[in-house]
Amino acid sequence: MNKQWLPIGIFSLLVAFLAIGLTLNPKEVPSPLIGKPAPDFTLPLLKQTQTLSTRELQGRVWLLNVWASWCSSCKQEHALLVRFAQNHTLTMVGLNYKDTPLEAQNWLDALGNPYTFVVQDQTGQAGIDWGVYGVPETFVIDATGIIRHKFTGPLTQKRLDDELRPLLKTLEVSE
Amino acid sequence: MIVEIGHFALILGLAFALVLATVPLLGVEKRQPLWMDVARTAAIGQFALLALAFACLIYAFVQDDFSVKYVAHNSNTQLPLIFKISATWGAHEGSLLLWALILTLWTLAAALFAKQLPPTLKARMLSVLGWVAAGFILFILLTSNPFERLLDIPTEGRSLNPLLQDIGLAIHPPMLYMGYVGMAVAFAFAVAVLLEGKMENAWAHWAQTWTLIAWAFLTLGIALGSWWAYYELGWGGWWFWDPVENASLLPWIVATALIHSLAITAKRGSFQAWSLLLAILTFGLSLLGTFLVRSGVLTSVHAFSSDPSRGVFILVFLVVIVGAALLLFSARAHLVTQRRVFQPLSKETLLLLNNVLLIAIMATVLLGTLYPLILDALGIAKLSVGAPYFNSVIVPLTVPLALLMGLGFATHWRESRAGGLLTQLWPVLLVSALIAFIVPLLLLPDLQGWALVGLFMSAWIALSALQWLWQNRASKNSAGRVTERRRILGAVLAHTGFAVMLAGITVTSLYSIEKDVRLAPEESYSIGTTRFEFGGVIQKQEHNYLASEGTVKVYVNDRWLTNLHPQKRTYLSQSMPMTEAGIDAQLSRDLFVALGEKLDAQAWSLRIQYKPLIRWIWLGAILMALGALLALPSSRQRRQEVAE
Repeated sequence: MNKQWLPIGIFSLLVAFLAIGLTLNPKEVPSPLIGKPAPDFTLPLLKQTQTLSTRELQGRVWLLNVWASWCSSCKQEHALLVRFAQNHTLTMVGLNYKDTPLEAQNWLDALGNPYTFVVQDQTGQAGIDWGVYGVPETFVIDATGIIRHKFTGPLTQKRLDDELRPLLKTLEVSE
Repeated sequence: MIVEIGHFALILGLAFALVLATVPLLGVEKRQPLWMDVARTAAIGQFALLALAFACLIYAFVQDDFSVKYVAHNSNTQLPLIFKISATWGAHEGSLLLWALILTLWTLAAALFAKQLPPTLKARMLSVLGWVAAGFILFILLTSNPFERLLDIPTEGRSLNPLLQDIGLAIHPPMLYMGYVGMAVAFAFAVAVLLEGKMENAWAHWAQTWTLIAWAFLTLGIALGSWWAYYELGWGGWWFWDPVENASLLPWIVATALIHSLAITAKRGSFQAWSLLLAILTFGLSLLGTFLVRSGVLTSVHAFSSDPSRGVFILVFLVVIVGAALLLFSARAHLVTQRRVFQPLSKETLLLLNNVLLIAIMATVLLGTLYPLILDALGIAKLSVGAPYFNSVIVPLTVPLALLMGLGFATHWRESRAGGLLTQLWPVLLVSALIAFIVPLLLLPDLQGWALVGLFMSAWIALSALQWLWQNRASKNSAGRVTERRRILGAVLAHTGFAVMLAGITVTSLYSIEKDVRLAPEESYSIGTTRFEFGGVIQKQEHNYLASEGTVKVYVNDRWLTNLHPQKRTYLSQSMPMTEAGIDAQLSRDLFVALGEKLDAQAWSLRIQYKPLIRWIWLGAILMALGALLALPSSRQRRQEVAE
């Protein structure tokens, strides 16, 4: 008699896990780099002959946004970034990932350029060092060069308000 | 206008589904035959309306009506007509509409071809199907409406994902859904039987027919998906243990168990409760698959748009439909259980054991699929479970499954004698062992342990099936005999198909050769006696994509065999390049060349593969599906047994 209730029991357990699973994001993998020094790179600036090195950014809080013109979800977050850049003094570095300079420039011309600097990572080598496995990703680096936070996937207004703004406040970046 | 008609037809379809879900059930309660007969009309109306809605959506695609959001996101004017049509089910909203359409088609078929079932059972069953349809149409209307309009109308659409612009993938979802959704009939049957509170064994024939048809579609659907992944993704793999693939495999495994369990119920009048539970489970797992694919709780290469509200809806739907069915089962299964005595050595025992093994395999795959989610939910770790887990747990379970499968053919219902079995089976054992040894020695480069095991199992299954066919070569010629012979032939064909697939999997897994090479034009690379000569790459412009097309001349023993043309395509609407492998297919082996990256002015990287017996995997699936259709009980047989 009791064994008849076994299926519904297993089923209830399964449903409980699925319900919890719905509230989680499987793509959000905590980066092992959080709390560690940001990996160094020296990369050419987009459409320019100069390069930018991470060492030059020491002493300021900055944000690294990994994007590409071929990435459709980058388009979603781009408008947010443009608006965000207008209201903040934060240094924003765009890491143009596995892209061509021409397409990247066209993209910025069309959609606006929120970045203080745009660097080119055509081979994806810097991306590997930073543990990038999907575009877009966004890192927050503090004044001592430590990675403090990582956003996987497109930024949303909610993530900006709930996660990024409070973090920047503790790092003393003015609005 | 047409789009609004489609939208309206869908809403009206929901109304019909609700009528189907309630009126016949009430009719059974109140003993009103007229109310029960509403089921037939409602089923016809429901199907007609869903078909109209679907036709309207296809029309919107063919007309490039980009004022419809779903069309604008998944089609553009450059797309060839065939892919405009298949784009209708190329993404989330449309594929759900296809799901609902196929469900109403199965419901209609069940309404028209259920004369053998008593009116109350039939009315209840159709009502249950009405509940499922109502839930699904509501889901579409509330969270995933394909008829939604856009306020500012784009002049050009975003186009269909290039991966899906392929004829194999255009027919893969409809096939798969025919299988998935077809399991709803057996599910509704089981629920209706539990409501009825009694089970007549002849009804099992009826349920078996529907399960066999759905199973044949599911088999072909899964095989098509595997074949498509093989030639389109460019890795040369045919199964990746991806959550979405697993989602289609789970109901297939349980449906396989269900078919056999129903056979025992029909023939021997036992295992009723077990059959009903399997029927509920099969459809439950189909719904679970839909949940996993559509909610985004697991990461998968099938990156469909995910939206939490959709996940919540399907989960609630799953809880209501499957939860209610399982509760009903818990409360009432004892009403339908009959016990028949059978001996430890009998067909019943072996079929039962194989049922248990199939369920164990299903549970293992389910656990592996959900394990990342469970650990994440418990906050323990983030991880993914890959092919090594599945291969290492599934293979040991398949060995006893295959051994028992062969043994099952030799045993009798109720009771078999061990001595008799041995006399009958020793030639089969001997020949199977010989095949397992001789084939690798003569035809394969070396003798590996697992090759021995795999080939032995294949030979064992196929030969015992053929021996059984030989023993059952008919003597009498009455009409019933003809059906019986057809069914035996079907069973033999299906099991031989499984053996063929097993041989294909064994040999291709163990003896495939895969090389990544760098070749400049005129350079060659050889695998054994086969030489691949690279002829360079040319650029091609097609209707909606640009292609870099390589030419690879293949020589065997320095005699020209064929030219392969692997491509890398860049679709105009996307910038991610797509691989199109060049394949020379033969029954004994595939030669597979995929174009990699351009390395310098001349040289390219190429992935060259030699895949022995890979075609056998899909050939086996085709044989299994044909066998299942051949094994359908005839309507006369079913009626006769109902009359008895």
